[in-house]
Amino acid sequence: MEIVRSQREPTHAAASTTSAKLSFYRFAPALEVRLEDFELYAIDRLRVLQGISDGLSRGKKPEEMEKLVTELWRAHMRHQDPSEVMNKDIISHFVLRLVYCRTDELRKWFLSMETSLFRYRFRLESPESQRSLMSEFQLPYKAISRAEFETVKEKLNQVARSIGQSLNADTLFFKAPFEEVPELFAGRRVFLQKGFAYVAMHQVVSLVATQFRSNLSKCLVLTNRKWTSTIRDTERDRLAPIIEALSTGYLGPDYSQPKNSAEISLKDINGLASSSFPLCMRHLFDKLRETHHLKHGGRMQLGLFLKGVGLRLEDALLFWKSEFSQKVLQIVGAERFDKEYAYSIRHNYGKEGKRTDYTPYSCQKVISSTPSTGDHHGCPYRHFRTDAVQISLVQNFPTAFVAAFVVYAHLLHPSAITSSLFDCFLTSLSGLAPDDLIYFNSEENLRAALTKMGVCGRSVDGILDKVRNKHYQIACTLTFEAVHDAPYDSGINHPNQYFDASRKILQNKMEST
Amino acid sequence: MSKDENLVEDKMQIDQHDSDRLQKNVPDGFSEDYLKVYYGKLFPCVDIYRWLSYGNDGKHPACDQSYFGRREFSFTLENDIYLRFLSFNNVVEMESSIRKKCPFKIDIGPVYTVDPAKRRAYAQGGNNVFSPIERELVFDIDMSDYDDVRYCCSGADVCLDCWPLMNVAIKVLDMSLREDFGFNHILWVYSGRRGVHCWVCDGRARRLRDEQRASIAEYFHVNKGGENNAKKVNLTGAVLHPFLARSYTEVLKDSFEKKMLLSQKLFASEDRFQKILQIIPDDSIASELLDKWQGNRRSSISKEDVNVSRWEQLKHVLQSGKHKVQGLRRCVEEIIFTYTFPRLDMEVSKHMNHLLKAPFCVHPKTGRICVPIDPNDCDDFDPTTVPTLSQLIEELNMSNKRSESEEDWERTSLRKSIEIFRSFLSALLKSCKKEINSNVRQSTDARNW
Repeated sequence: MEIVRSQREPTHAAASTTSAKLSFYRFAPALEVRLEDFELYAIDRLRVLQGISDGLSRGKKPEEMEKLVTELWRAHMRHQDPSEVMNKDIISHFVLRLVYCRTDELRKWFLSMETSLFRYRFRLESPESQRSLMSEFQLPYKAISRAEFETVKEKLNQVARSIGQSLNADTLFFKAPFEEVPELFAGRRVFLQKGFAYVAMHQVVSLVATQFRSNLSKCLVLTNRKWTSTIRDTERDRLAPIIEALSTGYLGPDYSQPKNSAEISLKDINGLASSSFPLCMRHLFDKLRETHHLKHGGRMQLGLFLKGVGLRLEDALLFWKSEFSQKVLQIVGAERFDKEYAYSIRHNYGKEGKRTDYTPYSCQKVISSTPSTGDHHGCPYRHFRTDAVQISLVQNFPTAFVAAFVVYAHLLHPSAITSSLFDCFLTSLSGLAPDDLIYFNSEENLRAALTKMGVCGRSVDGILDKVRNKHYQIACTLTFEAVHDAPYDSGINHPNQYFDASRKILQNKMEST
Repeated sequence: MSKDENLVEDKMQIDQHDSDRLQKNVPDGFSEDYLKVYYGKLFPCVDIYRWLSYGNDGKHPACDQSYFGRREFSFTLENDIYLRFLSFNNVVEMESSIRKKCPFKIDIGPVYTVDPAKRRAYAQGGNNVFSPIERELVFDIDMSDYDDVRYCCSGADVCLDCWPLMNVAIKVLDMSLREDFGFNHILWVYSGRRGVHCWVCDGRARRLRDEQRASIAEYFHVNKGGENNAKKVNLTGAVLHPFLARSYTEVLKDSFEKKMLLSQKLFASEDRFQKILQIIPDDSIASELLDKWQGNRRSSISKEDVNVSRWEQLKHVLQSGKHKVQGLRRCVEEIIFTYTFPRLDMEVSKHMNHLLKAPFCVHPKTGRICVPIDPNDCDDFDPTTVPTLSQLIEELNMSNKRSESEEDWERTSLRKSIEIFRSFLSALLKSCKKEINSNVRQSTDARNW
């Protein structure tokens, strides 16, 4: 692509754009790309990848995923000019490579979503075109010879029958090191012999996807090197801002301007909090009511959310002042409230400082925040509970010690066993590093909070299950569905989106009754 | 003379004066003093160092001199003080650290990208360069996971009646690791109390990613039913996968019919045969057998063992072909798989950075040495006669060096174990050497291109 890499040889791109629909993305194309397309294509592809991510974390079956991928691809990756379709695919892939090469976490996500996308697109191809793709991708596999087939025929037949298939004499088999088809031998779906797996033609997608993945993984590391060494600086004013913005992964509306129709007044806020606030905001709101104070992180998260919900500046000032009055005003005095707290509220509304109208936090931002002791902001699904005790550590720690520890922690602070508490406690014991520390499961807190929201029974288990698998936004979506007793397929990506969707459902319900 | 040897001298002198305690002059159990002697005289430190160096301790230019130093060790000291991320640059460092700290337990972790002792210095660079890159493929099998199919003991206890279950596990896994996965260098070790550990040491195994490790563990994972599910093994499909079929005909069937059936008396009482009948999906067959067995408890005149005869009856009913119920076809196999197929602690195998106790450690509860087991001779292995720490110390005290060159372990019952380990080691190091040489050839080839 002319825009980011000028030194690529042009021949390969031409070769990969002509025949096949599916690309292995071995080389960046030598094309000129308009700056707008650069961003728009990338956003379109990102929507596809996010759709896949959502589908996977909802535990969709392979057939459902196949359908989902087809739909997503059709919805977002079309182009009015048919000759551009292939280019759009390749350009958007390379732009996102640049976007997602920069940290380990970004790379991991991109790698797994792109591999899934590739896998399902490959599955949709006919066997003939799969074969021609395999040779086009120059994968190092050859079909086994007739003679070799005869020697293992009986075993191959046994495997086929064990998975409810029959061995067709014409079926081609590829021989590959077992390491390359972990998903196939894990389910005993291939015959293994002396370190090699015999992969049937209808299973080659596993092989191809493995190759795709390892190839892309290597490329991402190289791209990252290139990004840090040159691109970031040379493109400081042109591409870098686009790239930075894309990597937040949030594509919805920014909610920085409350819709005029949806203004809310102070008197409604209590009712709205219990009916339509997502758990993260509900928790902050409750804590504010309870302790009449929130630390900076919490004030920002809740304050901007309320702004997005439609609380006007004057009301916001009143709201915070009245909530803080009992405790804070006593301590800090009204004058200091006006000076410090009111300033930051006006600042949020773009009335102070550099006068930017700040955007309410998206889920992405809330989830990635790092609340510490005494903080109530962040995503409850992520931050209420931390990983269950690491198995290795429990095994290696004496039981008595762990037990004493649990008791100690409970006595000290039953509801908030925070990581920092553990850090202090454990590091004082021996030369343990923070990464060895045990984090206790405070799942019970989350369970209690969900009950308070009116979610109960099996829904809670489903939500906690998603939480355990780190699908916090899905957990939030499931909570939404349970609270409103209505499906919500688009998934929660923003606290304000939760609020708007909730209002919509509740208003519809009111009108219909 | 080192402090350790002083200790032995002291003991020996006391023993000579105390003629009353001639038979059992070293008390049972586990003590730090014994452990010191053990680490000083018997623990095969050099062999373990050579093993974990995988040929990189040589002079060959292709040797990775930093390799051993990037391996994590962890010690559990007295009172359960736990030291992780230890590393040693050479055998001298390792040996002196073990002797000085006298760990109750030594665990072996992965080889990391950088020296694990210095991981924090690297972490400050921002990029997380500290990550595991190599680790033996390991398996852990505990007898306590078989509690629902053994009646002789439970929990951490083992005896010769249930130990054959471990032999089944060793045989099934060893065969598959060699035949299916093509591995050659496999070390089996008694875990000191209730199970066995397996270390697959081929280069290919050490370089497996976590995902691949999990898949291998899954390949070996058959027993899937939960606590509340009577039917724990579900074999579907028209035939068994070659791995399962081979395990069944070559190991499981014989072990079940010739050993477990009798030693565990699987049909001897109602609660026991009830458990087996629950696996049969067809209620009418199950109740037919139940009636038969409940009724004529002692009527059978034949001298045949009740377990054998009932098992034959069950097989006859299920395989007679009279019953065409779907799912019955597999039932005999399912019973045998349930009662004998290896049950792995999956988590141990799945992740590179899972620690596993080193061979030749002493189990602090039993005092027994974690000795290697020869998989070809595993039927002869007897966990109740594995040398204990106190026994070894006594053997040392009771005998004298026969010659200057004789090593201390040669005059103890640890001798056989060390010989098993050395034969594993020599084959392993031979292939490591080959691998290192071929790496050099490859890199010179690369230069020629």
